[in-house]
Amino acid sequence: MSTDQIKVRVAAVAQVAPMIREFTLTAVTGSLYPFSPGSHVVVEMPGEQKIYRNAYSLLSDSHDASAYRIAVRLQDNSRGGSVFMHQQVKEGDELLISPPANLFIPQWNAQKHILLAAGVGITPFMSYLPEMQRRQADFELHYLFRSKQTGAYQLELAEQLGQRFFSYDSDQAQRCNISELLADRPLGTHIYICGPEGLIKDVQSVAEQLGWPDSVIHFEEFAAPKPGKPFTVELKSTGKTVQVGESESLLEALEEAEVAVPNLCRGGVCGQCATPVAEGEIEHRDNYLSVDEKARQDCVMPCVSRAHSDRLVLDI
Amino acid sequence: MRISPKPVQSFRDDFTYTNSREAISRFPFPFVEDEYRYSVNIEPHAMSGPDGSVFEKFLDIDEHYLSEMAERAIVLKENPARCLSMKHMDLACWDMIERVMSALSADYPEHFSLTKQGDNWHWHNKLLDIQEDFVFGDSSTLPMSPLEYIGRQVQGDFAILDQRNADLFMDAGIVTCPADWSLAFDAGMSFSEWHGPVPMAREEGIFERALKYLTAIQVGRPVRRLNWTLTINARMDTSPETYPSWGNERTSVTPENVAEKVHLRVEVQVLDRMPRSNALMFSIRTYLISLEDLVTNPQWAKRMHRAMKTLPAPLVEYKGLTRFHPMVVEYLSQFDPVN
Repeated sequence: MSTDQIKVRVAAVAQVAPMIREFTLTAVTGSLYPFSPGSHVVVEMPGEQKIYRNAYSLLSDSHDASAYRIAVRLQDNSRGGSVFMHQQVKEGDELLISPPANLFIPQWNAQKHILLAAGVGITPFMSYLPEMQRRQADFELHYLFRSKQTGAYQLELAEQLGQRFFSYDSDQAQRCNISELLADRPLGTHIYICGPEGLIKDVQSVAEQLGWPDSVIHFEEFAAPKPGKPFTVELKSTGKTVQVGESESLLEALEEAEVAVPNLCRGGVCGQCATPVAEGEIEHRDNYLSVDEKARQDCVMPCVSRAHSDRLVLDI
Repeated sequence: MRISPKPVQSFRDDFTYTNSREAISRFPFPFVEDEYRYSVNIEPHAMSGPDGSVFEKFLDIDEHYLSEMAERAIVLKENPARCLSMKHMDLACWDMIERVMSALSADYPEHFSLTKQGDNWHWHNKLLDIQEDFVFGDSSTLPMSPLEYIGRQVQGDFAILDQRNADLFMDAGIVTCPADWSLAFDAGMSFSEWHGPVPMAREEGIFERALKYLTAIQVGRPVRRLNWTLTINARMDTSPETYPSWGNERTSVTPENVAEKVHLRVEVQVLDRMPRSNALMFSIRTYLISLEDLVTNPQWAKRMHRAMKTLPAPLVEYKGLTRFHPMVVEYLSQFDPVN
């Protein structure tokens, strides 16, 4: 890890949807950092085969840093982390987490906020809502879920938010029409999306047709790094080689081989893990490097990006 | 604090400001090479820094504390718009209060103390004889805005930068000792907008890299950089707003008074992520030293000569040194005979 980790105790575990578990974390010594709405932490999970590290949004009220709460969806094709959290982690256990970081903060100068959550993507908005209410911000929450799997907190949200809450349960054939959602919004409206890539792309394309500028569209996709074909990575300084398997990220393979790379979001957004490349063709998958920077083929974000070539030489 | 605050000296009119021998020895001399070039010269502001240095504590309180606080009060009285905060920055200003009060009370317990009972805080600044009971986060419980309240009690200018859309915006600040820039003019601007006047750096891609670095600064991992210019007389407030009172001083430099009049002005700039608001706190702590005090250190005298001699013309112009730069180089050359 690139930051000073915090040891936390699992104070409570609760099933908040058929596939989602909530964990309440308290500091083992001292106190936890205050945090801002939309923050996440990276949780380190010591599995038997390997150490998993996943980023999870803090879903508690940012006004109260006496405990952090996170919610974890059991992934259908888990790479290990969510299974570990669901099956191994019990009340009283200790875990290591990173200090909170924020790549998805509300834009407080917005006139209106539209929050669009899908499934476990409700989590960052759980920390937005208390602060938005305190600031008397104008907002709406649109929540897409499948009640047989997800839909955590829907009852309390409905009760608490009343007219500002809109739910779409696809297990009851309820659909959210993105075009209607975005139509006729006043200038100064910002939209925040937390969900799968497809939903984000849909909103972006509708917004583009309606002439919304990119600067009012905010999204967070904490999807796991997607698999790809295996390749070999070589460190230029030492000649050390590391194999990157189909379902692990370059960053994970490097960590496994005890090559330290600073990192923070593990999702191709924050830029901390940028690593210079000496040889090989990079398959860029991040949202951090500019188009020009990607074209130069001299820098890779190992948390999500991979190699087109069979071999990649890192200039470290 | 290694050096106790001295009685109030002035940064205007009769300029009674002086540096003690100890203040000279700990001056943050900025030139690390003989030739000065732009670079993204950022390093961790890791605690504790070297004993007695200006980097030892998160915020450096030194012998000029009372003088600088008196100067700030004069500037704010003349022009209250030197302290500005947009409505959405309230929480960020409270972040600053927490950061500054926690750091000062932990690092200088003989001068500052902070006691908390939940959100009920008690602050005691023994140097300025200020005591306050207030509710953390409730601006109505302070005698003035949170930013002005804390800004009047800590050395250095502060800008609070809001972060959104992978950019930084100058949305709050208290700026009374700037090196020729105006908070009121820059207010609301983005990072690249407020750096608009800086020559050369844009072509070199420095801003793009710096912005990516700054927006990724994490809680508990502050960083710092040094910046410098030359100032005539020990004048803290060299702002565009007061240009008529100091701009002409640049014509007052002569070969006879250059060592006494020209001051190296160094800013220790610290960037620290605020946990509650995700804003960046940008502090600019200014140190002034006359050339005659600076040359008491032979290494500094020699390097200063080389850095000034090789300074690119656009930088001489941008930093406002054109009129007296040759006199500075000529004066310093006596300490660097081989060059």
